[in-house]
Amino acid sequence: MIQFQNVNKMYDDGFHALKNINLEFRKGEMTVLIGPSGCGKSTTMRMINRLVSPSSGSIKIDGSDILSIDPVELRRSIGYVIQSVGLFPHMTIARNVAIVPRLKRWTADKMSRRVDELLDMVGLKPELYRDRYPSELSGGQQQRVGVVRALAADPDIILMDEPFSALDPMSREQLQEDVARLQQELHKTIVFVTHDMDEALKIADRIVLMKDGEVVQSDTPDRILRRPANDFVRSFIGQKRLDQEQIIVASAQDREAGSDFGSVMQDTPSVDEVMITQPAVTYPSRGLAEAISTMERRKVDSLYVVDRQRKLLGSVSIYNVMDSYRDEDKTVADVMLPVRYSVVSGTPLTQAVELLAGHRLHNVAVVDESGRFIGLITRGSVVRHLAEQLPMMEYDQLDNPNDEPGQARKDITPGMEPDSSPSSSVPSLEPASSVRENDSDDRDSKSGREARS
Amino acid sequence: MPDTSVNFVDFVDYFWRNRGLMGEYFLQHVQMVTLGVLLALLVGVPLGVLCMKSRWLSRIILSITGILQVLPSLAMLVLLMLWMGLGNTTVTVGLFLYSLNPIVRNTYVGLQQVSSSLIDAARGVGMNRWQQLWRVRVPLALPYMMTGLRVAAVIAIGVATIAPLVGGDGLGRELYAGINGQNSLRIYAGAIPAALLAIVADIGLGALQRRLDPAHRSARASSKRGSGGSSSGKAAADKAVPPVPKAQG
Ligand SMILES: Nc1ncnc2c1ncn2[C@@H]1O[C@H](COP(=O)(O)OP(=O)(O)O)[C@@H](O)[C@H]1O
Ligand SMILES: [Mg+2]
Repeated sequence: MIQFQNVNKMYDDGFHALKNINLEFRKGEMTVLIGPSGCGKSTTMRMINRLVSPSSGSIKIDGSDILSIDPVELRRSIGYVIQSVGLFPHMTIARNVAIVPRLKRWTADKMSRRVDELLDMVGLKPELYRDRYPSELSGGQQQRVGVVRALAADPDIILMDEPFSALDPMSREQLQEDVARLQQELHKTIVFVTHDMDEALKIADRIVLMKDGEVVQSDTPDRILRRPANDFVRSFIGQKRLDQEQIIVASAQDREAGSDFGSVMQDTPSVDEVMITQPAVTYPSRGLAEAISTMERRKVDSLYVVDRQRKLLGSVSIYNVMDSYRDEDKTVADVMLPVRYSVVSGTPLTQAVELLAGHRLHNVAVVDESGRFIGLITRGSVVRHLAEQLPMMEYDQLDNPNDEPGQARKDITPGMEPDSSPSSSVPSLEPASSVRENDSDDRDSKSGREARS
Repeated sequence: MPDTSVNFVDFVDYFWRNRGLMGEYFLQHVQMVTLGVLLALLVGVPLGVLCMKSRWLSRIILSITGILQVLPSLAMLVLLMLWMGLGNTTVTVGLFLYSLNPIVRNTYVGLQQVSSSLIDAARGVGMNRWQQLWRVRVPLALPYMMTGLRVAAVIAIGVATIAPLVGGDGLGRELYAGINGQNSLRIYAGAIPAALLAIVADIGLGALQRRLDPAHRSARASSKRGSGGSSSGKAAADKAVPPVPKAQG
């Protein structure tokens, strides 16, 4: 555990960067420091490995004051990842990864085994990448090396200063998942700095929101979403939402799709060609407010629940989340419902469509051979596929609603029969929003980036 | 003025007949230059590192080496001669002083240009100051140091041709003999090998410089493997070409 007690930082130029910080970073948890640029996140983080020294106050790691530890030794026992990657361009990937072990004088044999093990952990084939130089890797690959370099000597604490903010949205997403997965296995005490609320909500066990050198709120993501301490917190969460709301999502066709798709299919493609590949998911340990926030972000009314290996565990809809929302101790795991229908990768689309139509589902999950959730067939995605195949006239026909809206409203939960869904609980929700419009993903993260820069 | 129209055959003939002496001059020339530049390297690199200690120190060191190089070469050699007497030693010391500036300056620039985020990474990972210097700064400054060495060598080869004025040897002997005897053949016999020597030194040290460049190293490694990394390697190499030092003589 890392404890800050009444920590102040006055820079040489007289700038009061940190004002009486009291914080606790719990063992085995990922704490995310978030706040606008210049609020003192990096300063706070860099105090932990003594790259910055406090002007007053004390910092303790597991009860012992860090001033009593030699800074060089301290830093070797703490992993460190920075935004600009910080790989040494004149060293091979292996040398870079083994930098701390080398400083600690491990044997060559032990080092090279460790390097291979670490590269494997983030999906970089050791025999391919070991001897390359950093400039030969993509930005995402470089930062993966940066992450495992911090793990090399198996430190208990890892500091990450906006590690993914310079990456493209795809690599960022990938790395966030990598880090979440590694953390699941390793349980390090991680201090992660970001200015991206989406990122914080995705990976944090606890969020510390800072402003002008002060801690505004420090709590779990769920409680921060439920009980923002003040307008600043609200605007910090809300502002991002507003940005995302401007993305217009078209999803009207979904509920109009009739049940006679099979007859208009010309050739039968597999579900893989038609499915949405990055469906919105949540994890069983997430709080309900987080689940709602994800739904809002992704413009969907239900989420599939997966574990870290992306195995499908169940699903939650906005309705069963709202029903239990008042109970703050409940997590997604408590309210999720089992998934009744899913198709395996490679299944002909017609079968998926029959499932959709026969059981009045709004979507069908696609899993691979090992049960991992890889995509989603929605009525919208089928319609889009058909629109590409069919002449305009028939598409126009499909566009005409001939379903009673009431029916569509009922079976909003994925994989559920209509009768079992508690449609009356939130009558104000428009059925049109029942589509997971996952195509909006790219735009989503892009606009998030623009909003930040 | 001597007759400048020299027959090529006459020149080759002259050179061949006096090849023993020419070889001797050439070796003397190379020896003075090598010694002087090596000394400058031995003293200049530590001075460049010392410049990193403080702004104040770097200002003092760089102004001294700067002044040394601004002195006209003949004036420097003559002053040294008054103190050290005639001979090759005086010339070598002169070349040493003359080469200091490009080497110190480029070493300093090379050490300084290492990005602060890399130094931050080096500190954060637990390198002490010494390790930050030798494992990060110096390797990344090598191409710059090589530029300094290359500039110093080319200048020294030129300056060494006036060695005979302070009692030194080398290709300058032939050159001045030609001037005194109004013999174009002998002027060419001194000047052409000196010019060739400078060109060869420039190209050779340039090649060495590229070998030491980390960005270039990676590009080579990848082309050997036949992977598609060459474009990124090339971009990095373009970026890392050290600037030509300001003061060249
Ligand atoms: N070395 C320094 N000297 C003076 N001011 C600094 C120094 N480092 C950071 N600051 C100032 O302290 C404030 C907090 O910086 P920092 O912790 O880097 O912010 P953040 O990481 O939250 O963007 C900023 O206003 C910055 O300008
Ligand atoms: Mg920062």
